[in-house]
Amino acid sequence: MRSKNLSKKLATSAITAAIAGLVSIPAQAQISDGVVKIGVLTDLSGLYSDLAGPGSVLATQMAIDDFVAKYKPGFKVEMVTADHQNKADIASNKAREWFEKDKVDIASELVTTTVGLAVQKIAKEKNKIALNTATASTRVTNEDCNDVTLHWTYDTYAVASGTAKAMVKQGGKSWYFVTADYAFGHSLEKDAMDVVKASGGTVAGSVRHPFPGSDFSSFLLRAQGSGAQVIGLANAGGDLVNTIKQAAEFGITQKQSLAGLLMFITDVHSLGLQATQNMYLTEGFYWNLNDETRAWSKRFFDKHKRMPTMIHAGQYSGVLHYLKSVHAINSDDTQKVMAQMKKTPVNDFFAKNGQIRDDGRMVHDMYLLQVKKPSESTVPWDYYHVRATIPAAEAFQPLSASRCPLIKKS
Amino acid sequence: MNSQVLLSQLLLGLINGSFYAILSLGLAVIFGLLNIINFAHGALYMMGAFCALLGMRWFGISYWGALLVAPIVIGALGVVIERLLLRRLHGLDHLYGLLLTFGLALIAEGLFRWGFGISGEAYPVPESLRGGVDIGVMFLPLYRAWVLGASLAVCLLTWFVIERTPLGARLRAATERPQQTQALGINVPVMVTATYAVGVALAAYAGVLAAPIFQVNPVMGSNLIIVVFAVVVIGGMGSILGAIVTGLGLGLIEGLTKLFLPEASAIVIFVIMAIVLLMRPAGLFGKAT
Repeated sequence: MRSKNLSKKLATSAITAAIAGLVSIPAQAQISDGVVKIGVLTDLSGLYSDLAGPGSVLATQMAIDDFVAKYKPGFKVEMVTADHQNKADIASNKAREWFEKDKVDIASELVTTTVGLAVQKIAKEKNKIALNTATASTRVTNEDCNDVTLHWTYDTYAVASGTAKAMVKQGGKSWYFVTADYAFGHSLEKDAMDVVKASGGTVAGSVRHPFPGSDFSSFLLRAQGSGAQVIGLANAGGDLVNTIKQAAEFGITQKQSLAGLLMFITDVHSLGLQATQNMYLTEGFYWNLNDETRAWSKRFFDKHKRMPTMIHAGQYSGVLHYLKSVHAINSDDTQKVMAQMKKTPVNDFFAKNGQIRDDGRMVHDMYLLQVKKPSESTVPWDYYHVRATIPAAEAFQPLSASRCPLIKKS
Repeated sequence: MNSQVLLSQLLLGLINGSFYAILSLGLAVIFGLLNIINFAHGALYMMGAFCALLGMRWFGISYWGALLVAPIVIGALGVVIERLLLRRLHGLDHLYGLLLTFGLALIAEGLFRWGFGISGEAYPVPESLRGGVDIGVMFLPLYRAWVLGASLAVCLLTWFVIERTPLGARLRAATERPQQTQALGINVPVMVTATYAVGVALAAYAGVLAAPIFQVNPVMGSNLIIVVFAVVVIGGMGSILGAIVTGLGLGLIEGLTKLFLPEASAIVIFVIMAIVLLMRPAGLFGKAT
């Protein structure tokens, strides 16, 4: 009797275990190898390593840690990183290696336009996800768009239109552009010119400088000679910094205003408030917006010793949204995850009710900022007045103007 | 196109040319006397600028102090590099010196990037040189006018010392016939070390001059060094006067290109280099050996 009971118990537990196994085995199999692997492909040592680079790696790790701590997922999350040195060929080779050999599920960050465009093509070919949180060009979700690419943080349209609209509205009607002579500069210049004209302003001309440059005085003198009220700077990073510095040297800022069409907080930090005060700029994130952004940014600062740029914040937001989506459907299948990501609104400290459109563009509020005077800045990194919140619906290029084949025009 | 615009662009070109002149001068001195192609020159220029920045921040050294201190500090570093490393390459092919100094440049840039980030920091224009004057054709910042004067003065001084003084004569003798010069009682190894130190001190001096104009960052030297090498090649490797004249001349040509075809301003110097090498392989002022 006893032994019968025992064997019955044993049998029951065996069956229970088997059923549990049957249930859990297929669930495990949804995540290939039980591991979700996130690749961070960025510029770890070059021109963009301050505004992207190691900070993006840190933001990714923070997203993974926060996700694991909160959701306690049944799968492992791993991160791999690589330095693409701003070269599209290096980035392409690395992305291929990741997707083919290393079982990476998603390549993220992708700063530098040429890198972003190259990697999203490979992602499509390999049916993996390209999460672009750092590239500027609107081409990512227009001519080059595909169904596995997400453009997260900002684009040339969003940053240029925010600033240009605000400056034309304040009386800066005539514009002259100083533009970096490569794909990104052209894209930024075009987007800004369109907005200036549409807002009732005029374009007096433009000059294109070789990239990267160091002395911009010749180009600035041409801009000065044009007599335009606003000089739009369609360049970035070190080029932008040196242009602003030299504009002050030549006394240009006394009569004309400068518009930095793509400026990051790291640029303002390295130039100082004296040289940048009163300039307008548009960003997708500022650390000092509210309690939530301050709390996250403080955690970031404690580890990085610099405040996050919008790219760092966007990288955290994008990676976290991806992981939450994988967890919700318990699958890392590219198309299923993409569908889940698009279906779910993005809600974190970076975006409120962010929506991913069919062209892959994540639309969220942007912020029109003005650089403070040195006397107005009370704590370190306190650099901006928030002049306006640009609602998501206005901030980004409307779908009606889309050049993406995935968007069916009615 | 009016003459005002032309003149202002020529002046700006001349100012940029004075940077090329002083940097290529240092390279030419080092190559002429040591036979070393000093690829670390750009990194030493960058370190000169950082010397000024950190000297101000940590020790309160003024711009004028930095003009003196940075060349001494970097010159001393040059002594260490020459004594510890370059000396061992004596008599070997040029390529070894080039690779060693290139490696040093990468290490220096890497360390500064690690310590200060890529964006760098701004160095203020000294109080007494702020503002500018309207010279009719353009608004000329005082500081740029000072840079032109300060670099030309140092270029001419260097040329004078090497070509017109007994010390310069010994230096040249030590280069041409080291063993005979040594036999005459002149300490050749010390002269070689001193020459390298002076060459890199020139780079540091240029770095301090550049600090208030360009953002002080770890790659400021590597952006410039390739152009400066082209200048030295066009002028003739090792030619002191060639380096100065070519530096200024190419600054002017680059300035004109920025006016007429800005997109080509980054390559015009290399096009000229290719043409000069085809016509005169030893450079405009070089002696064919």
